[in-house]
Amino acid sequence: MFWDWDFAISITPTLLQGLKITILATVLGAIVAAVLGLVFAILRRSTNRLISRTTGFVVEFIRGTPLLVQLYFIFYILPDFGLRLPPLTAGVIGMGLHYATYFSEVYRGGIESVARGQWEAARAGNLNPRQTWVHVILPQAIPPMIPAMANYLLAMFKETPLLTAITVMEMMSQARSVANTSYRYVEPMTLVGVFFLIISIFSVFGLRWLERKFGGRAR
Amino acid sequence: MGDWAGYLTLILQGAWVTVKLTVMGCALALVVALIAGLGRVSHVAVLRWISTCYIEFFRGTSIFVQLFWIYFVLPMTGLWSPTPMQAGVMALGLNVGAYGAEVVRGAILAVPKDQYEACTAVNLTRYQKMRHIILPQALPLMLPTFGNNAIELLKATAVVSLISLSDMTFQAQIVRSQTGNTIFPFVTILILYFIMSLLISTGMRYLERRATRGLDGVR
Repeated sequence: MFWDWDFAISITPTLLQGLKITILATVLGAIVAAVLGLVFAILRRSTNRLISRTTGFVVEFIRGTPLLVQLYFIFYILPDFGLRLPPLTAGVIGMGLHYATYFSEVYRGGIESVARGQWEAARAGNLNPRQTWVHVILPQAIPPMIPAMANYLLAMFKETPLLTAITVMEMMSQARSVANTSYRYVEPMTLVGVFFLIISIFSVFGLRWLERKFGGRAR
Repeated sequence: MGDWAGYLTLILQGAWVTVKLTVMGCALALVVALIAGLGRVSHVAVLRWISTCYIEFFRGTSIFVQLFWIYFVLPMTGLWSPTPMQAGVMALGLNVGAYGAEVVRGAILAVPKDQYEACTAVNLTRYQKMRHIILPQALPLMLPTFGNNAIELLKATAVVSLISLSDMTFQAQIVRSQTGNTIFPFVTILILYFIMSLLISTGMRYLERRATRGLDGVR
């Protein structure tokens, strides 16, 4: 029989240990992505052509190249410049930077989805820029963004196994090290797949809920 | 200094593997996406159900896990022992195909309802309706997202370097370990990946123009 239940149960705690790192990396990465994405979105709206064009190019470049290579880049090249990052930090920065380019599009879409009349009305009502953003634009721009952001959060979660390549001990690394010491691939790989599937399926229900709650006005 | 030419050749050999993987992966993904997408809107409940399971399974687990599963676990079941290339194409095609299937479904459902009614009115068969009325209108809606999916697939090919398929990322790692130089190989492959993704997006824009050619006045 090629599936061994006892072995599967015995390795579950190790994998769950890795799952914690997986979730930690996802959440931290998403925070970095949300902040950097906003920075990219704002820089791209800049009236200075040089700034908006350069940001546009950087965003396109990051989005057009593989996350794995970017992770290697951060992990192996920065030490050449005397900046040695722990694997998890490098991974969080890499994932955050990569997904910031996706988040910036979400911000852009959200801000552009606010009708022009709202800007004009804010001006007509003599609101200052801060009041315009805080009381008029953002309350209308943020709700349609939420489902899209949750979607990318889920995508990031599924990308975390790449961190294994830069020696972060997340779930996939744990599974591989178990497989390499026991010479049994079936249980660890399948269990990792099952864990991902379970979390994704629950997240999809969460997403549907978010879409019902916030997505109504989008498009 | 002459060594660099040799190392560049090594990377270009890897680039060829990446191109092959991308093209074959896209071909498989396209076929799978059309089948599963049509299955998703089928009148037959079983087909709908199978397609949904396939889509949720492959979107719910990470491509990394799928690749390892196909490469390490599938041979253990005694069914099939794929070569790294076969495993890579299969994982990429099935994964991106699942995302593509949702695009196909969305585009088919986005064709206005009166088009369906008109088909019924002039007594077209179900095949004629799909082939001549619905799909030609749905295709231009799919193309932009398919372009993005193709770029995602290109980026995902980097993952196959972890099952020792000598693609561009793998070759860059070899150059790094042989020369101790990190910047040259990684900057080179980042630029090459970016050029490839630019080629895909340019090609897709061309296809979009071709696909919408006959549709002036419809939309």
